[in-house]
Formats: sequence, structure tokens, C-alpha cells
Amino acid sequence: MDAIFLQVLNGLDKGSAYALIALGLTLIFGTLGVVNFAHGALFMLGAFCAVVMRKILTLSKISLDPEKTNFLGKPLEIKTTYVELWFGDFGAWMIDYSVLLSIAFAIPVMAIIGLVMERGLIKHFYSRPHADQILVTYGLAIVLQEIIKAFFGANPVPQAAPSSMGGAMDIGVLFGFAEYAVIYPYWRLIYFVFAALVIGGVFSFLRFTTFGMVVRAGMADRETVGLLGIDIDRRFTIMFGLAAAVTGVAGVMYTPILPPNYHMGMDFLVLCFVVVVVGGMGSLPGAVLAGFLLGLLESFSSMNEVKAIIPGIDQIIIYLVAIVVLLVRPRGLMGRAGMMED
Amino acid sequence: MFGLDKKDTKFLLIVIFLTLATPILLQPFPQGSGLAQFNAGYPDLMQRFAIFGIFAIGFNILFGLTGYLSFGHAAFLGVGSYSTVWMFKLLSMNVLPGLILGIIMSGLFALLIGFISLRRSGIYFSILTLAFAQMSFNLAYSVLTPITNGETGLQVYASDPQYLMNENSLTTTHLFGLVMNKSAKLLVGDWEFTFNIGYYFCAVIAILAFYLSLRIFRSPFGMMLRAVKTNQNRLMYTGINTRPYTLAAFVISGMYAGLAGGLLASMDPLAGAERMQWTASGEIVLMTILGGAGTLMGPILGAGFIKYFENIFSKINDNVLHGWFSWMPDGLEDIIVWLIHPFVGKGWHLTLGMLFMLVVVFLPGGLVEGGSRIKNWIKRDKKPETNDDEHHPKHVAHVAEKEEF
Repeated sequence: MDAIFLQVLNGLDKGSAYALIALGLTLIFGTLGVVNFAHGALFMLGAFCAVVMRKILTLSKISLDPEKTNFLGKPLEIKTTYVELWFGDFGAWMIDYSVLLSIAFAIPVMAIIGLVMERGLIKHFYSRPHADQILVTYGLAIVLQEIIKAFFGANPVPQAAPSSMGGAMDIGVLFGFAEYAVIYPYWRLIYFVFAALVIGGVFSFLRFTTFGMVVRAGMADRETVGLLGIDIDRRFTIMFGLAAAVTGVAGVMYTPILPPNYHMGMDFLVLCFVVVVVGGMGSLPGAVLAGFLLGLLESFSSMNEVKAIIPGIDQIIIYLVAIVVLLVRPRGLMGRAGMMED
Repeated sequence: MFGLDKKDTKFLLIVIFLTLATPILLQPFPQGSGLAQFNAGYPDLMQRFAIFGIFAIGFNILFGLTGYLSFGHAAFLGVGSYSTVWMFKLLSMNVLPGLILGIIMSGLFALLIGFISLRRSGIYFSILTLAFAQMSFNLAYSVLTPITNGETGLQVYASDPQYLMNENSLTTTHLFGLVMNKSAKLLVGDWEFTFNIGYYFCAVIAILAFYLSLRIFRSPFGMMLRAVKTNQNRLMYTGINTRPYTLAAFVISGMYAGLAGGLLASMDPLAGAERMQWTASGEIVLMTILGGAGTLMGPILGAGFIKYFENIFSKINDNVLHGWFSWMPDGLEDIIVWLIHPFVGKGWHLTLGMLFMLVVVFLPGGLVEGGSRIKNWIKRDKKPETNDDEHHPKHVAHVAEKEEF
């Protein structure tokens, strides 16, 4: 029983990452109708926002201590970070919590990147076929990841979770299991809660604000909204920025789980497309549902009991589900009828 | 000749000449000169030109003619490689059985994947092929390890059965005694030309592959594929079932990919799963688009272009750059080198990505269209555009899509 509970946790954890990225992807597709192959790169850029933030926070002043020498006989270098120098304990606290601070840094940065991307490049591709959109965003993804590689190198850059949120929690006790039966890392639990908050935030933004209402109307019928005298293009551009920011913070929060490297975007991209397709192109609840569903499926199929029956199922289950869904119900689980059902 | 009209025969003869003369043409700079590093006349690179040329020609039969954008073609390349290495392990180091099995296996594999994927068009087709390719890649790494040897990659060991081998058999890959990695060197003045058997073997196959694709382009079958790209709906309204045609195109291009994979393994008897990763499929898309999808020469040009610059650009490091710009004042030199540095050497993919984006944005017909534009610009004659779709591709949708929304 506790093994199943553990897999549920694993699934929710994987699923929350899938759901967040797929949510951004669907926001872009549902509003602008663009198939964005550079979306994985946005996730990666978000993760590297955290890296940059930590780099900035840990900029250090190097002072020489003439009393002591290092093993080469030279004066010992003492590195003190500027934030600690200026703010003392608060500075140390800032470094410790740099992942969380990066969110505040990543949201404006990613939103601006998203806006620039839409206005500078993707705008010109609305009237061109989807394949051209795929190709140009694929090229953009390569460029973005190579730029990151040029600056940060090819190796993963590990990021630590804040020390108070490191370690693991005996979560099984809360659910009535024996002590130490189900122990789960704090940060992954936090990621799940965070994902739930962001998803809830995006949905309530779309549901309860006038802006969101206009955007939803535009998603349903862009032309009519335009005829009513509303500048829907500008709102969709803002939604692109929002989608980039959502994906970016998903990347920021993921850094303690997976040390960011330049090709993580490409690794996640295929999975997220699969998630979006299973959920239904353009359907936001579908993307979230499919994200969690596929996360759960993946973690259950990686149980040894399952693998003993069908070896290797954990590697392909997501793709298998996607293929079956595409063939049997091409609009996806929650897609609108007629939406790209060719 | 060969069932082609006069113009195509001329075209084919030019291609044959260029392919056979490659070892000389790609060696324009004398040894020891500063420009010798731009020479591409060494066997390994020339083999890659021919092999990836075949791969791109095959991909073009699917993508260029029908407009179905497959993001999973590397899977067929991988299947071809694995089959060929298995033939080396089981029979002997003769490449012929391996290539034949590679083509058959990748054809069957393409039949299966194509049968399912072609039920959808547009981006769904792309995502389906992507999903299949990722599946095969993941399986090759995990459960299929007995067949693929997982991360180590499949290679030939001394303990393999090799039923057709005896004591006198060659232990390197060969075609009835013609050893693939043997080459003859010719020294003319300062120029050294390498004529490699492996390259010529690939080149002959590439010419055959090109000839076949030329015939397909000119055939009623090719016409039907083009009709699929232009307007599949209208074709279906006239009562034609397009699925057999697209499936045939898919299987043919899968077999081309399998052949290319088999040749890769024949030049270097080793097959790894990373050949099947989806980014490898992306590379073949890059090649075809960069050269010019839907044109005959485009994919080959694109393949040659990418492979050449991949090899040459990656060799340019900071020292070489400093050598080039040493005539500049010191400060300026450093700035120039610093500016160029991210684009060469390890950063070559950045240049490629940018180039690719520029081509997609400004030059949808690829290098071939660029060439013809320059030609028109130089000629400046007001002759009406010739009605030659291969050499002057019109801007049409890359993918067969039923409707825009």
C-alpha cells in the first residue's frame, strides 16, 4: 500500500512539472495558434534565471589574509560575498533562498523574453503553415540553447534548495502509514504545491478578471472579438509573455530537482508536446489533467511489479498513450470538437 | 538516356561527375598552406557527404514531395545501422548482406510506423513520428539491450559466430574483397588527393539513390505525391485514396534512411542508440530545409553544407582566429576574436541554428532558391520564370494541411 502511495507522490511530482510546461505551451497554442518548439528552451531559460540569480548573489569580494598562507605558500584568499558584506545575516539568508528569490527575477525576465519572441519573430509566422512555425521555433530553440551553452558551458550547474527545505519528510505518517514507511523530499512536495498554486492562479486569472474573460472569448472566436473593437492581438501577445513566465518559473523551481544544463529544454519538449496532444490542443484544463495523468502513469509503470509483466513499459508508456489517443480521439481528452481534428 | 529526357540526363551526368571527382574538387588548397584546413577531401568526411546525401534524398521524397514533416526519421537510420552490424556479427564482414537486411528491416519498420502515423496529417503527423522515434530510442537504450547493446553500442567482437568467416577472411568491412577503409593517395605537386574505396562505394550507391529519386520525381507517382502536398482534400474529393501513395513515399524514404544507416555502419562497424535520438531527426530536417525542400539538388547541398561546416567550423579555435586577424591592431584583434569565438569551434551549432532560422524566415526555398535568385539578379533578364518546379520552387505550404484556422 505504501509503495502505491509513494508512486502517487512520484506521479504527482512528475505530473506537476509536465502540467506546468504543458500549460504554457497550450496557452500559446490556444491563443495564438502557434506550435512553439522553442517552449522547452523557455523552460531551460527559466532554470538558468536561477543560475544567474545565484551567480549575482554570490559575487564575492576577494581579500587577502597575509597572516595565513595556502598550500602554495601564497596569502590565503578569503571570499566574502557582497550581499553578506552589505546585509550581514540577511545576505546569507538571501543566498540560501536564492531559488525562491529567482522567481521574482525570472517572472519579469521571462515575460520580456516572451514578448520579444512574439513581437520579433513569431508575429511574422501567423499566416504561414504550422510546419514553418515548427521549423522556425526549432531553429530558435537551437540558438537559445547554444547561447546558454556558450555562457554556462555544457555541464549541469547544480543548484541547492534552501537549507530549511532540503532533506526529506516522513509524509506517510500524515496519511496513516507506519513511521518511516513513506519518506519524501521536502522540495518535491513544495514543487507540487507551487505548481498547484500557479495553475490555480492562471485559471482564476482567466476566469475572474475582465482581461481573462476577453482572452477566453478570443480563444473561442478571435474574429468576433476583434469585430467588437477589442485589440485582441495585444492581449494575446501579453498572454504569450504570461505563458513564458509560467514556463520560466516552472524551470526555476525545478533546478534543485534537476541540475540545469543547456539541453534540458529539448529533453522536456517532446514529453510536453505529447502531454498537450493527449490533453487536447488548445485546452488548458486538458493540458493540466493530461500532465498529472501521464505523470502518474509513468511512475506507476516504473514499479518493479509492472515492469516484471511488461519489461520496458516505463520508457514508452507516455508515447504509447499519446499514439492511442491521437488515433482514437484526435481532439484529445478535453479538446474542443473540430479543433485540428485532421 | 536511362529513361530521362535530355535536360535530366545532363543534370544526372553533372551529378555523377561531381560525385566521382569529389576527392579532387574538395582538395583545392595545397598541403601545408594556411588554407589547408578548409580541405574536405579526407575519406571520413567525404563518406559522410555521400551517406547523409542519401539520407537527405530519401527524406526529401517524403517531405519535399508530400509535405509530411517527419521528426522521427533517425529511427530508420538506427534500425539500418543495427541490422547491418548484426549481419557482420552473424555472417561475415561483407557489407552487402548487411545493407540488404538494413533496407528490408527499415522498410518494414517504416511500413508499421507509417501505417499508423499517416492516419493524421499536419503537426499531428510530426508529433506521432516524434513519439515513435523517441519510443524506439528509449527501447534501444533499455529493454532491447540484448539486441542493441545499450549505451555501449553494438560492435563486432572476436567471439561472435560469423558463420561465413574462415581463417583467410578479412576482418574489416569489405565488399567481396574491396576493403572499405583502404585508400590510394595521389601526390600532384603540393596537392595530395585521397581516393578511398569506402567513399567510392558510398558514392556509387548515392548516385543510384539520386537516379531513383530523379525517376520518382518525374513519374506519375511523384506527380501524385505533389498533388497530395498541394491539396490533399481536393484529391480525395476526386475519389482518390491518397493513403497508399503517402505510405509508399514514407516506406521509400524509410528505406533510404535504412540504407544510409547501413552505410554508416559499413564504414565504421558500430551502431549506437544516439543515432536514433529525435535531435538526429531534427538534423536531417535542417539539412533538407537548408538546401531546399522539394528540389532535387537541395537536400544533397544541405547535407554537404552542414557536414562540411560541422567539420571545418569546429576546427577553428581561438588560435586559428588570432592567426587570421594578427594583422589588426592588438585591441581590435582581441575584440574581433572575442566576437567570433561563440560562433565557431564548439559553438558551431549556434551559427547553424541562426542560419536555419534565416533560411526559414527569408528563403523558404533554401540554398537552391538563394542560388537561383542570385542568378536572376546577375542576369537581370526579363525572361518569364521557367516552369521548372525543381529548380524554382514556389512558396507552398511545407506540410499538407487541411485547413488554416
